[in-house]
Amino acid sequence: MKRVYLDHIAATPLAPGVLEAMLPFFGERFGNVQSLHTDGQSAAEAVEEARDSVARLVNATPAEIIFTSSGSEANNLAVKGLALAQRSKGNRLVLSAVEHPSVLNAAKGLERLGFAVTLVPVDATAAVDPGAVAKALTKDTVLVSVMLANAEVGTIEPLAEIVKIAKAGGALVHTDAVAAAGNIPIDVRALGVDALSLAGDQFAGPKGAAALYLRKGVRPVPLIDGGVQESGRRAGTENVPAIIGMGKAAEWALAGLPGWGERAAKLRDRLLDELPARVPRVRVSGDRTRRLPHQASFLVEFVEGEAMLLHLDMKGIAVSSGSACSSKSLKASHVLLAMGIDHATAQGSVVFSLIDATTADDIEYVLDAFPPIIDRLRKMSPLYTQFLKESAR
Amino acid sequence: MIYSDKVMDHFSNPRNVGVLADADGVGQVGNPVCGDMMSFYVKVKDGRLSDIKFQTFGCGAAIAVSSMVSEMAMGKTLAEAMAITNEKVAEELGGLPKNKLHCSNLGADALHAAIKDYEDKAAGRKKDAGPTKAGEEEHEEECCCPYCEGPIEGMESACHHCEIDLVECEACGKYTNKNDAACVNCGAPIAPPAAGK
Repeated sequence: MKRVYLDHIAATPLAPGVLEAMLPFFGERFGNVQSLHTDGQSAAEAVEEARDSVARLVNATPAEIIFTSSGSEANNLAVKGLALAQRSKGNRLVLSAVEHPSVLNAAKGLERLGFAVTLVPVDATAAVDPGAVAKALTKDTVLVSVMLANAEVGTIEPLAEIVKIAKAGGALVHTDAVAAAGNIPIDVRALGVDALSLAGDQFAGPKGAAALYLRKGVRPVPLIDGGVQESGRRAGTENVPAIIGMGKAAEWALAGLPGWGERAAKLRDRLLDELPARVPRVRVSGDRTRRLPHQASFLVEFVEGEAMLLHLDMKGIAVSSGSACSSKSLKASHVLLAMGIDHATAQGSVVFSLIDATTADDIEYVLDAFPPIIDRLRKMSPLYTQFLKESAR
Repeated sequence: MIYSDKVMDHFSNPRNVGVLADADGVGQVGNPVCGDMMSFYVKVKDGRLSDIKFQTFGCGAAIAVSSMVSEMAMGKTLAEAMAITNEKVAEELGGLPKNKLHCSNLGADALHAAIKDYEDKAAGRKKDAGPTKAGEEEHEEECCCPYCEGPIEGMESACHHCEIDLVECEACGKYTNKNDAACVNCGAPIAPPAAGK
């Protein structure tokens, strides 16, 4: 059966050349980066090249890039590491309500250590109002963390304005750019952020390698204490093959960025325009235009996300959902709730995210497969029956 | 696959989906906040369930459970149908993922509510036309902060975990942010604090 994979935000296949670039580091170039002998230095050189490639993807310098194991680790290092390093200056963090759990829960951990956290609300599109950040800022705020783009609803946040406000208030600014990096152009200098998280697996690199950009001079308290790897900011033997893969993927993503943005956005817009046109009571979640080019998310009324996901999967289509039932914890998505969406509607979350290989044919296939699935599920939905009854009155 | 073949079979080809306009009993369980909602309709003839239909809003497990319950109970006496438990339904389906055992496995409760609805009507104990809802008190959610999910003890005005000012929503009775325009749980508008005279 035809498979149409539209779950970029969960995982992507490797970009061309990435696996080939990684393979020698499982074999003849197996050395430990910290070893002074030829074998070690052969690996070390390659890691530094990868660092350079990752730095170029976001217009940083190589010394400003720390490799981590995941986007979650990068977010933890930024939030906990920077807050703890500035403890003498203050104890408040300001975050948006739609941050990734690795930011929100890292902050929750800090609360147990005596830090205070202010969550800035978002509007109905999940956009943070820079004015609300200004209001939340206090003299004792040491860190502001607002994501660059939200994977679940696609919205790109007005980060440059937020940075200006936070800087004027004397706080450091971290941004979780995991969903954005490699998919939209990023320039850390233009943004003015102090820290930025990115993950290789969001731009067709392997899982297991991610990075934190830390502006020169900004130092976190390490989460992992140990040796001198990553200039003492992150101990532990480097995952060399994954780092090499991330570097190669960063080169590929940077070279392909302008084309990818245009190509993906065209396919995305077809979904955003057509699905609500073909199925009534379906709306786009997130901002329609300030949006990741490869992300199309919807709220489908009267049906539940996991049921949609399973039916789509049976048609060969892989997607995500933010519904409570499709999450392991069975909790409704905090992002959708923060947008003011009620629980029943939040249950109807479905997220399509395009990969490099997605074609116009794939999108047409989805547009044809989707309406009958919704029709079927609605026919068995008591909420839909109730809606029909009420609208007949 | 997270579900057994049998669950997937009942999910993709659910038996007895629909509404009985002339039902003898109607039962409901769940609400969209906890994820799943099931409506069961029964016809009773000579003390047996002569027809059963259901509608379910929910995940794969919830749909499969509803379908399985309707199949297990079809043609059974009321006593036999009342003896069907949620556990037996899960067993019959070849098991359910652990996290689905509580919230999605409520099919038997919905069926029992429909039977109780029939019995109450037959005995003249019930006059209104609305469906009977399954013991909601048993499924009440733990009282926790809707923002950080930390526990709330008693009548606190702020969550001591995430420090959000909380107020009980007048519409749904759950905690929400006092400073928001609408309840985070049910979307009802939150009255701004009354201006003091």
